[in-house]
Amino acid sequence: MIKSAKELTKFYEKLKNKKQSNIVIQISLGTCGIAAGTTPILEKFKEEIEKQGSGDVITLVETGCMGLCHSEPSIRVIDTDSGKTMLYGNVKVESVEHIVARKAPKPVAGVETIEKNWYYPEDETNKFDALQARIVLKNSGKINPQDIDDYIAEKGYQALAKVLTEMTSQDVINEVTEAGLRGRGGGGFPTGRKWSFAAAQDSDVKYMICNADEGDPGAFMDRAVLEGDPHAVLEAMIIAGYAVGSNFGIIYIRAEYPLAIERLQLAIDQATERGLLGDDIFGSGFTFNIELKLGAGAFVCGEETALINSIEGKRGEPTFKPPFPAISGLWKKPTIVNNVETYANIPAIIRKGAKWFRSIGTEAAPGTKVFALAGKIDKVGLVEVPMGTSIKDIIFKLGNGIQGDKKFKAVQTGGPSGGCITTEMLDTPIGYESLIKLGSMMGSGGMIVMDEDDCMVDIAKFFLDFTVDESCGKCTPCRIGNKRLHEMLTKICNGTADMTTLTKLKNLSVAIKDTSLCGLGQTSPNPILSTIANFEDEYLAHIQDKKCPSGVCRELISFEINDKCIGCTICARHCPVDCITGKVKEVHVINQDECIKCGLCYDSCKFHAIERH
Amino acid sequence: MSCENCACGEKKLDILTKFPENLKGLDKYIATLPLGEDVDRNRGFLIQVLHKAQEIFSYIPLELQLHVANQLGLHLSEVYGVISFYSYFTDKPVGKYKINICTGTACFVKGAGNVLDEFKRYLNLEDGETSKDELFSLGSLRCVGACSLAPVVMVNDKVYGNVTTQMVPEIINECQ
Repeated sequence: MIKSAKELTKFYEKLKNKKQSNIVIQISLGTCGIAAGTTPILEKFKEEIEKQGSGDVITLVETGCMGLCHSEPSIRVIDTDSGKTMLYGNVKVESVEHIVARKAPKPVAGVETIEKNWYYPEDETNKFDALQARIVLKNSGKINPQDIDDYIAEKGYQALAKVLTEMTSQDVINEVTEAGLRGRGGGGFPTGRKWSFAAAQDSDVKYMICNADEGDPGAFMDRAVLEGDPHAVLEAMIIAGYAVGSNFGIIYIRAEYPLAIERLQLAIDQATERGLLGDDIFGSGFTFNIELKLGAGAFVCGEETALINSIEGKRGEPTFKPPFPAISGLWKKPTIVNNVETYANIPAIIRKGAKWFRSIGTEAAPGTKVFALAGKIDKVGLVEVPMGTSIKDIIFKLGNGIQGDKKFKAVQTGGPSGGCITTEMLDTPIGYESLIKLGSMMGSGGMIVMDEDDCMVDIAKFFLDFTVDESCGKCTPCRIGNKRLHEMLTKICNGTADMTTLTKLKNLSVAIKDTSLCGLGQTSPNPILSTIANFEDEYLAHIQDKKCPSGVCRELISFEINDKCIGCTICARHCPVDCITGKVKEVHVINQDECIKCGLCYDSCKFHAIERH
Repeated sequence: MSCENCACGEKKLDILTKFPENLKGLDKYIATLPLGEDVDRNRGFLIQVLHKAQEIFSYIPLELQLHVANQLGLHLSEVYGVISFYSYFTDKPVGKYKINICTGTACFVKGAGNVLDEFKRYLNLEDGETSKDELFSLGSLRCVGACSLAPVVMVNDKVYGNVTTQMVPEIINECQ
């Protein structure tokens, strides 16, 4: 039990002064690390340390995501005396014994090392080259999220102690308002102002909700925070509860994130056990409890009123605003809904002050933003950059550009609600307003990179497919309109559309944006409008020439074998419908009537003998 | 109430009678919840009860929906409304091997669509269907967060990364 702020400081000092082993090895055990095979590596480390008798020299730390998805399984070796670190990527079970035997952050034969300045600038000397700044991801990939002591040793819960012993509720709101923190879920609403609305309400019960229903496909920022640093979110929620006068916190989390759920529940249990959650926290008389509520697979529940309906056990349909949840939300009580990343900024703001926070990022949007880089990018991963960083730097410096020797085409931000950003716009600095000006939006932080092989009409269709699937069906423009948009895109993709389809597509898109009830419908046509604005030639090629320039849309392509064919028969063996004929060592032929255009032959041919038109 | 009281007229042995232990487990869980007189408040527990029910029975057929409705004092239509709204819940039996193709954006741009088509063709199933022998269920899901391994296929809890259409037969064979 930690009964007062003083006791917390004492405990922190004790943890800080605890003698550390010479070498610390951190193993990234987020969902993607585990999927890439980190668990057997961890087991092997335990076994090897035991076998080599290095137990008193080496400490193993199971951490959350380090953000190095492109090199999972990844591990970091730290020399605690000199502070030197080294990162190893794509570690294999066979390499573990050599890493353990090396007992130092130095290159190991046969093991890939990762350039440090790319990854973690904060404690490195080459700070000026670094593009990243870590506030939200500060602890993720560094501490053991399953041990509250690790968080406390990183000054955890000190912000809470400061708030409960030195600050009034109004002080906290002022600090957050001055810091200029804006909602990181995509909307960008000033957090401090949102809190002040709920604080001004006279109500016996108020609720603090953490929106962890990260539904944007291809975005995994919040999951990394919850898996890697769950206590930061808990601490922030308690602080926010104190600020608005609420004693109940609810974390609404996707059921599809089992590991995050497990770690959050453990964090809640540990914090309760230490007296950091529950009654009379730090002897201040303030009570706060947090419970988890699981979502059940509905993208629209990311919208706050839909989320509240879902917590009440109803279908997750949005309702009309006003009343805003800050006035009348869950069970008709004042309710604040903030996103995971927004919360994760709070402890640092309180600890270091609004002025410090404002020194990072831009005037309009201080602080940082976490992005999940995925798609055709060379280094898939999680990065955190100051607001105002150019998109080009994120994709080409941090993400190392496009995979292979393909050409960059576009990057989609904001998921199904956003739009695409083209080569000409790459110098744009990241910000809420700047991205909207480009016809996209910040969104929650997914960045899907596309190369020359991607058909932009097909991409727009993909997003509409998603929206149609996820529309709750409550309001007509979204329910029926998006379905019609999807049909028109399908016609364009299979070559049966004419120019009137394109006009109708544009008009209906604008109408849906203007008339839908919630954010889902209001933004769902964005992928269409932005691809038409930037890649109209591709739409025209589909409609007028009946061609898909990127060779994606099946109805508009065909496969043919040219004279480079040496008759190896591989394509014929791979063809699922047996439509390729030809004798061994003779040029083969594809029967166009039977071909289902699956592309298996194209992928399997080693002689570039199959052409896609 | 059992299935006999429902209008569907089917005379199948219902899942509740078939697996009394499962039902006991679910009721035990419901008994731990602070249910009261206020139906609105009880409704707040519905989704978590359904999660538990699906965890125990693997799907939530009508008779189970009715049981949950009665336990929480809700109407069957409300329970069905929730089950049909959320994609996580299913009222149809699922196969022994649940094959899910990630169709998140990252997987999509890396060819998940082709992989899904190949699974459909190979298993002769549509997205969301279960084979007659209840061995395979085919589905798609949105982002498992393993975007670096895109395209990703999950078979029950096992993750296959960088899947190509050519790997489809291997993955199926590994199941059997």
